[in-house]
Amino acid sequence: MKFTIQINTGPYTHQASDTAYQFTRAALEAGHEIYRIFFYHDGVNNGTSYSVPPQDDRNLQQLWSDLAEQHSLDMIVCVAAAQRRGIMDEGESAKHGKGSPNIAPGFQISGLGQLIEGGVQSDRLLVFGD
Amino acid sequence: MSDTKTFVYINRKAPYGSIYALESLEVVLIGAAFEQDVKLVFMDDGVFQLTNNQDPESIGMKNFSKTYAALGDYDVNQIYIDQQSLEQRGLSLDDLQALVYEDEDDDWAEKSSIHLVNREELSEIIESADVLLNF
Amino acid sequence: MSTLHTVNKSAFERNSLESCLSVCKANASVLLIEDAVVSALQNTTISEQISAAANTGVKFFALSEDLRARGLSDRRVMDEVTLVDYAGFVKLTTENDRVQNWL
Repeated sequence: MKFTIQINTGPYTHQASDTAYQFTRAALEAGHEIYRIFFYHDGVNNGTSYSVPPQDDRNLQQLWSDLAEQHSLDMIVCVAAAQRRGIMDEGESAKHGKGSPNIAPGFQISGLGQLIEGGVQSDRLLVFGD
Repeated sequence: MSDTKTFVYINRKAPYGSIYALESLEVVLIGAAFEQDVKLVFMDDGVFQLTNNQDPESIGMKNFSKTYAALGDYDVNQIYIDQQSLEQRGLSLDDLQALVYEDEDDDWAEKSSIHLVNREELSEIIESADVLLNF
Repeated sequence: MSTLHTVNKSAFERNSLESCLSVCKANASVLLIEDAVVSALQNTTISEQISAAANTGVKFFALSEDLRARGLSDRRVMDEVTLVDYAGFVKLTTENDRVQNWL
Protein backbone atom coordinates (compact mmCIF):
# COMPACT_ATOMS: atom_id res chain seq x y z
CA MET A 1 0.00 0.00 0.00
CA LYS A 2 1.06 3.60 -0.64
CA PHE A 3 1.25 6.03 2.30
CA THR A 4 1.65 9.77 2.59
CA ILE A 5 2.68 11.00 6.04
CA GLN A 6 2.10 14.57 7.20
CA ILE A 7 4.03 15.91 10.21
CA ASN A 8 2.78 19.08 11.89
CA THR A 9 5.17 19.51 14.82
CA GLY A 10 8.86 20.06 15.19
CA PRO A 11 11.16 17.59 16.93
CA TYR A 12 11.52 17.24 20.72
CA THR A 13 8.69 19.48 22.00
CA HIS A 14 6.08 16.91 21.00
CA GLN A 15 6.36 13.20 20.36
CA ALA A 16 4.66 13.43 16.96
CA SER A 17 7.83 13.41 14.85
CA ASP A 18 9.12 10.38 16.79
CA THR A 19 5.83 8.56 16.30
CA ALA A 20 5.79 9.39 12.58
CA TYR A 21 9.36 8.13 12.28
CA GLN A 22 8.59 4.82 14.05
CA PHE A 23 5.43 4.39 11.98
CA THR A 24 7.29 5.07 8.73
CA ARG A 25 9.97 2.51 9.60
CA ALA A 26 7.35 -0.09 10.51
CA ALA A 27 5.45 0.55 7.27
CA LEU A 28 8.64 0.16 5.21
CA GLU A 29 9.52 -3.05 7.10
CA ALA A 30 6.06 -4.41 6.29
CA GLY A 31 6.80 -3.84 2.59
CA HIS A 32 4.64 -0.77 2.06
CA GLU A 33 5.59 2.21 -0.06
CA ILE A 34 6.03 5.64 1.48
CA TYR A 35 4.93 7.90 -1.36
CA ARG A 36 5.77 11.13 0.42
CA ILE A 37 6.51 12.65 3.81
CA PHE A 38 5.25 16.20 4.09
CA PHE A 39 6.50 18.52 6.85
CA TYR A 40 4.09 21.35 7.62
CA HIS A 41 3.54 23.95 10.37
CA ASP A 42 6.40 23.66 12.94
CA GLY A 43 7.08 20.25 11.40
CA VAL A 44 9.44 22.04 8.99
CA ASN A 45 11.87 22.34 11.92
CA ASN A 46 12.61 18.63 11.56
CA GLY A 47 14.55 19.61 8.45
CA THR A 48 17.16 21.97 9.90
CA SER A 49 20.76 20.82 9.71
CA TYR A 50 21.62 23.27 12.51
CA SER A 51 20.05 21.08 15.17
CA VAL A 52 22.64 19.70 17.62
CA PRO A 53 20.92 17.70 20.37
CA PRO A 54 22.96 16.30 23.28
CA GLN A 55 24.94 13.20 22.29
CA ASP A 56 22.93 10.88 24.54
CA ASP A 57 19.66 11.98 22.90
CA ARG A 58 18.27 10.91 19.54
CA ASN A 59 18.92 13.23 16.62
CA LEU A 60 15.60 13.30 14.78
CA GLN A 61 16.85 15.31 11.81
CA GLN A 62 19.65 12.78 11.32
CA LEU A 63 17.25 9.85 11.71
CA TRP A 64 14.97 11.28 9.02
CA SER A 65 17.90 12.09 6.71
CA ASP A 66 19.29 8.56 7.10
CA LEU A 67 15.90 6.96 6.49
CA ALA A 68 15.43 9.10 3.39
CA GLU A 69 18.78 8.00 2.05
CA GLN A 70 18.22 4.29 2.75
CA HIS A 71 14.76 4.20 1.19
CA SER A 72 14.94 7.08 -1.32
CA LEU A 73 12.11 8.83 0.50
CA ASP A 74 10.48 11.94 -0.93
CA MET A 75 10.63 14.30 2.07
CA ILE A 76 9.05 17.67 1.39
CA VAL A 77 9.21 20.76 3.57
CA CYS A 78 6.40 23.24 2.87
CA VAL A 79 7.93 26.39 1.38
CA ALA A 80 5.56 28.91 3.00
CA ALA A 81 5.85 27.27 6.42
CA ALA A 82 9.63 27.03 6.01
CA GLN A 83 10.01 30.69 5.06
CA ARG A 84 8.09 31.72 8.17
CA ARG A 85 10.38 29.60 10.33
CA GLY A 86 13.74 30.15 8.66
CA ILE A 87 14.34 26.83 6.96
CA MET A 88 16.12 27.56 3.67
CA ASP A 89 17.78 25.78 0.83
CA GLU A 90 20.39 27.51 -1.32
CA GLY A 91 17.87 29.09 -3.66
CA GLU A 92 15.64 30.39 -0.88
CA SER A 93 18.47 31.85 1.18
CA ALA A 94 19.96 33.61 -1.86
CA LYS A 95 16.53 34.96 -2.85
CA HIS A 96 15.92 36.41 0.61
CA GLY A 97 19.49 37.60 1.20
CA LYS A 98 20.14 35.24 4.11
CA GLY A 99 23.30 33.36 5.10
CA SER A 100 24.19 29.72 4.62
CA PRO A 101 21.31 27.42 3.74
CA ASN A 102 20.28 25.17 6.62
CA ILE A 103 18.12 22.50 5.07
CA ALA A 104 19.28 19.01 6.00
CA PRO A 105 20.15 16.23 3.52
CA GLY A 106 17.15 14.37 2.16
CA PHE A 107 14.72 17.24 2.73
CA GLN A 108 13.43 19.31 -0.18
CA ILE A 109 11.50 22.57 -0.17
CA SER A 110 8.34 22.58 -2.24
CA GLY A 111 4.73 23.77 -2.23
CA LEU A 112 1.56 22.74 -0.44
CA GLY A 113 0.34 21.17 -3.66
CA GLN A 114 2.68 18.27 -2.88
CA LEU A 115 0.57 17.46 0.19
CA ILE A 116 -2.67 17.40 -1.81
CA GLU A 117 -1.03 15.37 -4.56
CA GLY A 118 0.19 12.92 -1.89
CA GLY A 119 -3.40 12.54 -0.72
CA VAL A 120 -4.59 11.96 -4.28
CA GLN A 121 -1.89 9.43 -5.15
CA SER A 122 -1.70 7.47 -1.87
CA ASP A 123 -3.99 4.81 -0.44
CA ARG A 124 -3.68 6.24 3.06
CA LEU A 125 -2.75 9.62 4.47
CA LEU A 126 -1.81 9.94 8.13
CA VAL A 127 -1.30 13.16 10.06
CA PHE A 128 0.98 13.33 13.08
CA GLY A 129 0.98 16.44 15.22
CA ASP A 130 0.09 18.16 18.46
CA MET B 1 -8.57 4.41 -9.70
CA SER B 2 -10.26 7.74 -10.23
CA ASP B 3 -8.13 10.78 -9.52
CA THR B 4 -11.02 12.57 -7.86
CA LYS B 5 -11.12 11.95 -4.15
CA THR B 6 -13.11 13.35 -1.28
CA PHE B 7 -10.91 15.48 0.99
CA VAL B 8 -12.38 16.27 4.41
CA TYR B 9 -10.64 18.96 6.45
CA ILE B 10 -11.41 18.80 10.16
CA ASN B 11 -10.83 22.08 12.00
CA ARG B 12 -10.96 21.80 15.78
CA LYS B 13 -8.77 24.62 17.05
CA ALA B 14 -9.52 28.28 17.76
CA PRO B 15 -7.71 30.89 15.65
CA TYR B 16 -4.74 33.11 16.73
CA GLY B 17 -3.73 31.03 19.78
CA SER B 18 -1.98 28.75 17.29
CA ILE B 19 -1.25 28.91 13.58
CA TYR B 20 -3.29 25.81 12.67
CA ALA B 21 -6.41 27.69 11.51
CA LEU B 22 -4.44 29.96 9.18
CA GLU B 23 -2.21 27.27 7.71
CA SER B 24 -5.19 24.93 7.30
CA LEU B 25 -6.94 27.61 5.25
CA GLU B 26 -3.81 27.90 3.09
CA VAL B 27 -3.98 24.16 2.34
CA VAL B 28 -7.66 24.42 1.43
CA LEU B 29 -6.98 27.29 -1.00
CA ILE B 30 -4.06 25.50 -2.67
CA GLY B 31 -5.99 22.23 -2.69
CA ALA B 32 -8.90 23.85 -4.52
CA ALA B 33 -6.76 23.95 -7.67
CA PHE B 34 -6.67 20.14 -7.69
CA GLU B 35 -10.41 19.92 -8.39
CA GLN B 36 -11.11 17.34 -5.73
CA ASP B 37 -14.34 16.99 -3.78
CA VAL B 38 -13.71 19.17 -0.71
CA LYS B 39 -15.60 19.29 2.58
CA LEU B 40 -14.73 21.50 5.55
CA VAL B 41 -15.79 20.57 9.06
CA PHE B 42 -15.65 23.03 11.95
CA MET B 43 -16.11 21.40 15.35
CA ASP B 44 -14.98 21.84 18.95
CA ASP B 45 -13.04 25.15 19.22
CA GLY B 46 -12.77 25.18 15.41
CA VAL B 47 -16.17 26.91 15.29
CA PHE B 48 -14.42 30.06 16.60
CA GLN B 49 -12.52 30.29 13.31
CA LEU B 50 -15.68 31.59 11.62
CA THR B 51 -16.88 34.19 14.12
CA ASN B 52 -17.88 37.63 12.83
CA ASN B 53 -15.97 40.79 13.65
CA GLN B 54 -12.56 39.30 14.28
CA ASP B 55 -10.03 42.07 14.92
CA PRO B 56 -6.59 40.66 15.71
CA GLU B 57 -4.70 43.84 14.87
CA SER B 58 -4.53 44.70 18.55
CA ILE B 59 -2.48 41.54 19.09
CA GLY B 60 -0.29 42.32 16.10
CA MET B 61 -1.70 39.65 13.80
CA LYS B 62 -3.22 39.70 10.35
CA ASN B 63 -6.98 39.27 10.04
CA PHE B 64 -7.28 36.24 7.77
CA SER B 65 -10.93 35.55 8.64
CA LYS B 66 -12.15 37.48 5.60
CA THR B 67 -10.54 34.85 3.37
CA TYR B 68 -13.22 32.34 4.37
CA ALA B 69 -15.75 34.42 2.43
CA ALA B 70 -13.75 33.76 -0.75
CA LEU B 71 -13.99 29.98 -0.43
CA GLY B 72 -17.17 29.91 -2.51
CA ASP B 73 -15.24 31.41 -5.45
CA TYR B 74 -12.84 28.45 -5.21
CA ASP B 75 -15.73 25.96 -5.41
CA VAL B 76 -15.28 25.11 -1.75
CA ASN B 77 -18.93 25.20 -0.77
CA GLN B 78 -19.53 22.20 1.48
CA ILE B 79 -18.98 23.64 4.93
CA TYR B 80 -20.26 21.72 7.92
CA ILE B 81 -20.65 23.26 11.36
CA ASP B 82 -21.11 21.00 14.36
CA GLN B 83 -24.25 22.13 16.18
CA GLN B 84 -23.23 20.61 19.51
CA SER B 85 -19.92 22.51 19.49
CA LEU B 86 -21.77 25.78 18.84
CA GLU B 87 -24.25 25.15 21.64
CA GLN B 88 -21.55 24.16 24.13
CA ARG B 89 -19.90 27.51 23.46
CA GLY B 90 -23.06 29.62 23.65
CA LEU B 91 -22.92 30.41 19.94
CA SER B 92 -25.41 30.20 17.10
CA LEU B 93 -25.06 30.50 13.32
CA ASP B 94 -25.80 34.23 13.68
CA ASP B 95 -22.42 34.63 15.37
CA LEU B 96 -20.64 33.17 12.35
CA GLN B 97 -19.88 34.56 8.91
CA ALA B 98 -22.55 33.81 6.30
CA LEU B 99 -20.52 31.92 3.68
CA VAL B 100 -22.12 31.68 0.25
CA TYR B 101 -21.40 30.51 -3.28
CA GLU B 102 -22.95 31.03 -6.68
CA ASP B 103 -24.49 27.86 -8.08
CA GLU B 104 -23.54 27.63 -11.76
CA ASP B 105 -26.12 24.86 -12.27
CA ASP B 106 -28.88 27.14 -11.01
CA ASP B 107 -28.36 30.37 -12.98
CA TRP B 108 -25.64 31.51 -10.54
CA ALA B 109 -28.11 31.79 -7.70
CA GLU B 110 -26.42 32.71 -4.42
CA LYS B 111 -26.67 29.85 -1.92
CA SER B 112 -25.38 29.19 1.55
CA SER B 113 -22.30 26.98 1.85
CA ILE B 114 -22.99 26.33 5.52
CA HIS B 115 -24.73 23.23 6.81
CA LEU B 116 -25.47 22.76 10.49
CA VAL B 117 -24.90 19.10 11.38
CA ASN B 118 -25.22 16.79 14.36
CA ARG B 119 -22.67 14.17 15.41
CA GLU B 120 -24.41 11.41 13.47
CA GLU B 121 -24.16 13.46 10.28
CA LEU B 122 -20.53 14.26 11.09
CA SER B 123 -19.90 10.57 11.36
CA GLU B 124 -21.25 10.12 7.82
CA ILE B 125 -19.07 12.96 6.53
CA ILE B 126 -15.98 11.28 7.97
CA GLU B 127 -17.05 7.98 6.40
CA SER B 128 -17.42 9.73 3.03
CA ALA B 129 -13.75 10.78 3.05
CA ASP B 130 -10.89 9.31 1.08
CA VAL B 131 -8.47 11.67 2.77
CA LEU B 132 -8.87 13.31 6.18
CA LEU B 133 -6.70 16.31 6.98
CA ASN B 134 -6.52 17.45 10.59
CA PHE B 135 -4.85 20.59 11.85
CA MET C 1 -16.15 0.46 5.01
CA SER C 2 -14.55 1.38 8.30
CA THR C 3 -12.44 4.11 9.84
CA LEU C 4 -9.37 3.92 12.06
CA HIS C 5 -9.32 6.80 14.53
CA THR C 6 -6.11 7.69 16.31
CA VAL C 7 -6.07 9.80 19.47
CA ASN C 8 -2.83 11.16 20.91
CA LYS C 9 -3.94 13.29 23.85
CA SER C 10 -4.82 12.25 27.38
CA ALA C 11 -8.57 12.28 27.92
CA PHE C 12 -7.85 13.85 31.32
CA GLU C 13 -6.45 16.91 29.55
CA ARG C 14 -8.23 17.30 26.20
CA ASN C 15 -11.57 16.42 24.64
CA SER C 16 -10.24 14.67 21.54
CA LEU C 17 -11.19 11.16 22.73
CA GLU C 18 -14.66 12.41 23.64
CA SER C 19 -15.09 14.05 20.22
CA CYS C 20 -13.78 10.93 18.54
CA LEU C 21 -16.19 8.64 20.38
CA SER C 22 -19.12 10.92 19.58
CA VAL C 23 -18.69 10.29 15.84
CA CYS C 24 -17.47 6.69 15.98
CA LYS C 25 -19.39 4.12 14.00
CA ALA C 26 -19.99 0.70 15.56
CA ASN C 27 -17.40 -0.90 13.26
CA ALA C 28 -14.72 1.73 13.91
CA SER C 29 -11.35 1.13 15.51
CA VAL C 30 -9.79 3.59 17.96
CA LEU C 31 -6.04 3.48 18.53
CA LEU C 32 -4.62 5.30 21.55
CA ILE C 33 -1.06 6.56 21.00
CA GLU C 34 1.40 8.92 22.72
CA ASP C 35 -0.19 10.56 25.80
CA ALA C 36 -3.58 9.03 24.95
CA VAL C 37 -2.45 5.62 26.22
CA VAL C 38 -3.23 6.81 29.75
CA SER C 39 -6.90 6.75 28.74
CA ALA C 40 -6.67 2.94 28.45
CA LEU C 41 -6.02 2.34 32.15
CA GLN C 42 -8.48 0.47 34.37
CA ASN C 43 -10.66 2.19 36.96
CA THR C 44 -10.38 5.75 35.73
CA THR C 45 -13.07 8.37 35.16
CA ILE C 46 -12.73 7.57 31.43
CA SER C 47 -13.11 3.78 31.70
CA GLU C 48 -16.89 3.84 31.60
CA GLN C 49 -16.97 5.80 28.31
CA ILE C 50 -14.59 3.29 26.74
CA SER C 51 -16.62 0.32 27.99
CA ALA C 52 -19.85 1.85 26.70
CA ALA C 53 -18.36 2.43 23.23
CA ALA C 54 -16.81 -1.05 23.21
CA ASN C 55 -20.25 -2.49 23.95
CA THR C 56 -21.61 -0.86 20.80
CA GLY C 57 -18.90 -2.60 18.76
CA VAL C 58 -16.09 -0.02 18.65
CA LYS C 59 -12.72 -1.77 18.89
CA PHE C 60 -10.03 -0.21 21.10
CA PHE C 61 -6.27 -0.52 20.76
CA ALA C 62 -3.31 1.05 22.54
CA LEU C 63 0.28 1.32 21.35
CA SER C 64 2.33 -0.94 23.62
CA GLU C 65 5.58 1.00 23.10
CA ASP C 66 3.93 4.16 24.44
CA LEU C 67 2.57 2.32 27.51
CA ARG C 68 5.96 0.79 28.22
CA ALA C 69 7.69 4.16 27.85
CA ARG C 70 5.40 5.59 30.52
CA GLY C 71 5.90 2.75 32.99
CA LEU C 72 2.36 1.50 32.52
CA SER C 73 2.29 -2.27 32.52
CA ASP C 74 -0.05 -4.35 30.39
CA ARG C 75 -2.03 -5.67 33.33
CA ARG C 76 -3.28 -2.22 34.24
CA VAL C 77 -4.96 -1.77 30.85
CA MET C 78 -8.72 -2.29 30.45
CA ASP C 79 -9.83 -5.68 29.11
CA GLU C 80 -11.61 -3.88 26.26
CA VAL C 81 -8.29 -2.52 24.94
CA THR C 82 -6.02 -4.66 22.75
CA LEU C 83 -2.32 -3.85 22.76
CA VAL C 84 -0.55 -3.44 19.42
CA ASP C 85 3.03 -2.57 18.47
CA TYR C 86 4.06 -0.33 15.54
CA ALA C 87 3.68 -3.23 13.11
CA GLY C 88 0.13 -3.64 14.45
CA PHE C 89 -0.45 0.11 14.01
CA VAL C 90 0.53 -0.19 10.34
CA LYS C 91 -1.74 -3.22 9.94
CA LEU C 92 -4.69 -1.33 11.43
CA THR C 93 -4.25 1.46 8.86
CA THR C 94 -4.43 -1.09 6.04
CA GLU C 95 -7.37 -3.03 7.48
CA ASN C 96 -9.48 0.13 7.66
CA ASP C 97 -10.46 2.27 4.69
CA ARG C 98 -9.28 5.60 6.06
CA VAL C 99 -7.52 7.14 9.01
CA GLN C 100 -8.85 10.01 11.08
CA ASN C 101 -6.08 11.43 13.29
CA TRP C 102 -7.61 13.47 16.13
CA LEU C 103 -4.95 16.03 17.03
